[in-house]
Amino acid sequence: MTDLAANPEQLLFASTTRAFLDKEASLAHVRGLHDAGTSFESAWWQRAAELGWASLLVPEELGGGSVSGDGVADLALVAEQIGTSVAPGPLHPVSTVLAALTEAPEGHEDTIEALVSGELVASWAVYEPRRPLSLRDDAEITTTATPTDAGFRIDGVKDRVEAGAEAGALLVLARCDGALRQFVVPTDAAGVTVTAQESVDLVKRYARVEFDGVTVDASAAVGDAAQTPAILERQRQIALVLQCAEIVGILDAVLTMTNQWLTDRHSFGRPLASYQALKHRAADMKMWFEAARGTTAGAVAAVSARAADAPLLVSVAKAYVAERAPVMLQDCVQLHGGIGVTWEHDLHLYLRRVSLYRAMFGSPEDHHRAVYALSRKSDTSS
Amino acid sequence: MTETVTAPETTESVAEFAARARAWLAENMPRIDPDNPPFSVRADQQSWDRAKELQQRLYAGGFAGICFPREYGGLGLDFAYQKAFNDECRCYEMPLILNTPSFTICAATILDVGSEQQKRDRISAAIRGDEILVQLLSEPSGGSDLAGVITRADRKDDKWIINGAKTWSTSAFAGDYGLMLARTDWTVPKHQGLTMFLVPLNAPGITMRRIKEVNGNEEFCEEFFDGLELGDDAVVGDVNDGWTVASRQLHHERRAVGGGSEFASGTGAENANEMPPDHVRLAELTGQGDDARVQDLAGRALVRRLVKKQLIDHVGAAIANGSLPPNAGTLIRLFHAETTELEVDTALAIAGTAGVVDEGGELAGMLDIGVRYLSRQTGSLGGGSSEMARNVIGERVLGFPREFAADRGVPFNEVKRGRS
Repeated sequence: MTDLAANPEQLLFASTTRAFLDKEASLAHVRGLHDAGTSFESAWWQRAAELGWASLLVPEELGGGSVSGDGVADLALVAEQIGTSVAPGPLHPVSTVLAALTEAPEGHEDTIEALVSGELVASWAVYEPRRPLSLRDDAEITTTATPTDAGFRIDGVKDRVEAGAEAGALLVLARCDGALRQFVVPTDAAGVTVTAQESVDLVKRYARVEFDGVTVDASAAVGDAAQTPAILERQRQIALVLQCAEIVGILDAVLTMTNQWLTDRHSFGRPLASYQALKHRAADMKMWFEAARGTTAGAVAAVSARAADAPLLVSVAKAYVAERAPVMLQDCVQLHGGIGVTWEHDLHLYLRRVSLYRAMFGSPEDHHRAVYALSRKSDTSS
Repeated sequence: MTETVTAPETTESVAEFAARARAWLAENMPRIDPDNPPFSVRADQQSWDRAKELQQRLYAGGFAGICFPREYGGLGLDFAYQKAFNDECRCYEMPLILNTPSFTICAATILDVGSEQQKRDRISAAIRGDEILVQLLSEPSGGSDLAGVITRADRKDDKWIINGAKTWSTSAFAGDYGLMLARTDWTVPKHQGLTMFLVPLNAPGITMRRIKEVNGNEEFCEEFFDGLELGDDAVVGDVNDGWTVASRQLHHERRAVGGGSEFASGTGAENANEMPPDHVRLAELTGQGDDARVQDLAGRALVRRLVKKQLIDHVGAAIANGSLPPNAGTLIRLFHAETTELEVDTALAIAGTAGVVDEGGELAGMLDIGVRYLSRQTGSLGGGSSEMARNVIGERVLGFPREFAADRGVPFNEVKRGRS
């Protein structure tokens, strides 16, 4: 992104990422995967991992590393590039799991290594059926982990688990002895039942996962009860930053496409771009796009620096970007005319991904209220 | 045209300068709470008298005109010094109303295109705190079509005789000199027959009156010129090249509005009315702090305000690294207008009846929200309308075809004009 890719290493990383995506994850690839009923190919994900996509949040001593030394910024850069062709792949679930494991890596070194190499795909099992996202110790979390002699027994149901059917392991949020804990659970463990859930996206898939008396070793726990709230917050921040960065990439591609269309297409003997009514809409969208870029860059920088206002700024960015982007996408459809609502035109590929992200990990309305709550807190504490 | 940023003429580091400023400010300037700035209203003459007095203190202390060249009364330092000073002076009363238009637009333009005498006289007087500079540009007959001015300057012997009218002149009543755009040649297309004059505002032949706005504010003025006489020394730049000068003013105005001018000293809000509404306090005060709908509304306004700050940083950085053109400053101006509308609307929605009927008690101050709503559009009109901003973004940032203009290339005396 403009504000972040300031150093040569990042620019090189961005161009390598772009070249890989153009060659192996173009819009034509996405359509092909969809036609074949495939979410993503695991060999393809391993090649992406070889480019470093899964190593960016992982410190060097755990086998990771990032080109610029700012892993969060580099990860956002990959997400933005992915957005320009709404590429497939488990970058989000793998990154949110790694965000947790790297906060409390003891006993999880092998899992981290397998994730970094792309051999293993893992996902965050955090939503529960028919309930909103909750990362707090309240009634929304009903999955339980019961301590046993050897470890824990997990019971409950999770859903909206991204790439749940393609994942080899899940990071499961559960209630344990009155506190929230997270556990790494292999999807082939006895008592785990995975049912795929379709999404509005062409390639992104989700899953419902039932845990029926699933037993895990004590070492499956990630961090202790005291560490868990901070780990969950870190995961939330990474998930939101990834969504926002990817949407910025989507908007970049779609606005470029639309502005080109307005310039090329003529009606009544003049380009569409010469009509003031349309020009003004393009101007508004340019402004909203740059604002989306600006607020995403602000969130990325805060998360990267682990700044005190990172919880606020990720909610600000998600609220703004996810409120504006669907409106902009639909306006781009309108500006394209009838072709914009055809299967043949690529606009719907982008609209699908944006609609998906608008709702997942908190809607703009949810984040407005989160921002209100954080502002209220800082008001009374001063 | 001279460069506005001169080479620093000091061996003092920014940190040393900041430390010296910190000590001096503590000794010499009144302390304030930056979240609750002192009551200073542009419409009151006493605010300007106070600003001049504060400016004189800054000048005496050697902290005035930080980025203006030394030969015109400034310090000749670069922007980093001014930024450091801005950080230091946040908690002190500063003559903020002198920033725009006097320093950031008028003095900056005179520095670019004024004569040596104009620079020596006017810039240094402004820096000393003796004079205030204003702009006389808009006319009653034309809003956004700035170059379509019909105030005339006719040559008579060795004098220019000015007749016509100007309007929406910001704080002109407080000004000592004004940059005034007039038509000097009617036989050429509109941009080519203009000349900029530097007008002493106490001269005979000028009648000034205040414009009263719907919120009662009387900051803006209109001026009538009836045979005002000016000499050649009043011409800024070249005769019939006034559009070049006006373009510099617009350029400096855009930079100032975006908070990017090195000629502004201090960056706080001028008064409480300029501060955005406190939506959280409003919600709590009206007993709606736990209402999910109100939290959504207020949270949305809070988000927008933070995004505006982030957009300013982003656009500034993008213009600096060349990924956005300089005209992209207009994105900030349009976003500011859009955000102001949302903030004011949100405040009114939360205030409910207390915004339109004085319910007394704790809610007594809330009628201000309703009054503020009445002049909501000022942010979308001042300094060029939002519609003009969208044209600029469409044409100069996105490169779309320009709007058709019936007066393009046509001698101005053949261009159709309205009846009023």
